[in-house]
Amino acid sequence: MEDLSFRHTARHRAAGSKNMAIIGVVASGNLEVLVERILPDGECVIEIKTAAEGFSDVWTAVVADFVDRHAAGGLKFSINDGGARPDTVSLRLAQAVRLMQEDEQ
Amino acid sequence: MNAPDMQATDEGMPVSWYEATARTRVRLLLDAGSFREFVGPEMREVSPHLQIFDLPEQFDDGIVVGHGSLGGSRVFVAAQEGRFMGGAFGEVHGAKLIGLIRAARDIGTIPVLILFDTGGVRLQEANAGELAIAEIMRAVMEARTAGVKVIGLIGGRAGCYGGGGLIAGCCSALAVSEQGRIAVSGPEVIETNRGVEEFDSRDRAFVWRTMGGKHRRLLGGAEAFTDDTVSDFRAIAIGLLASTPSFGIDTLKAEQSRLMERIQQFGSLSDAVDIWTALGVPDADSIPAMPADQFISLANTLRRASHDAR
Repeated sequence: MEDLSFRHTARHRAAGSKNMAIIGVVASGNLEVLVERILPDGECVIEIKTAAEGFSDVWTAVVADFVDRHAAGGLKFSINDGGARPDTVSLRLAQAVRLMQEDEQ
Repeated sequence: MNAPDMQATDEGMPVSWYEATARTRVRLLLDAGSFREFVGPEMREVSPHLQIFDLPEQFDDGIVVGHGSLGGSRVFVAAQEGRFMGGAFGEVHGAKLIGLIRAARDIGTIPVLILFDTGGVRLQEANAGELAIAEIMRAVMEARTAGVKVIGLIGGRAGCYGGGGLIAGCCSALAVSEQGRIAVSGPEVIETNRGVEEFDSRDRAFVWRTMGGKHRRLLGGAEAFTDDTVSDFRAIAIGLLASTPSFGIDTLKAEQSRLMERIQQFGSLSDAVDIWTALGVPDADSIPAMPADQFISLANTLRRASHDAR
């Protein structure tokens, strides 16, 4: 297992009022993303525990791309990864942000 | 992947129970917006054992437990995630289910729905998992004795195997879909231990007609058969909650007689098709390919779920 942690400044606060959401399952080629609204509006933290070691460069790129393309300010993402491909990671992160915009508490 | 899962609803396209995650099953099974989770993922009650094996954890340890309402009535619900380690029972996973059933036992008036999706005990934490199975079985029987109905719903990827099959056998009633398999030892386990002549695990048609939902329904192991949609599972759960009678020593005696009669009637037969023929199915070979609605009406004419037993 490898632990990675990224902290970015976010341009925009994540939309919605939900405090927590979870998406995905820890399985081969899949991952779960737990997202919590617990940070100041201008910050975004992504913590990863991954079964696939040695891919920190890919994670750095995927996370930077995500923070650049989505309003994720105030959110902390905690990821348990079973060796998902980068496109799956991007999809789950986008789903997590989307879920935080729903009304249901 | 399962992107549509996130926005899946009952309206429009039916949602497959088999394809859905544990969380989606719970959300769509219960009345909209009514689910409240106990020990949710944000509490990070992960397995204390998997780290030793350098294996990834899941924040809910592969089971979602909580309460909500179903058809306006309050229920406790537990859903196993079959895709995380095959839905297997570990220490935390088991403890969450034990706690839920004991709460139901103590309250005495709220039924429990268990959405099984499991290969059995998680081998990396086998002792804790085996203990959990035993404690869950005891809790189920205590809850039923206290007047609580415990209903199992089975139709997931992992089926319901190992200790999960034992717990299912303790439930007040079971509903199963074609995809839901119920057994204790899985096909490969039987073949490894008893040889290919006893059980050929690569013969998938044989596996499905021996352990699959249709056979379990016809044998009386499952009270109800349902099509593989979340809304069908919801309807069948509401029906079973209404129709399942209370539990007592008479129920156990009737169950014992039912099982004795079953072994007398079918014990010498070596294939499910022979059993279906003995049950009076006109063209037994047609059962595996039969659509769910046709099978349900056929099963109901052959064998009404017997509610004096279990």
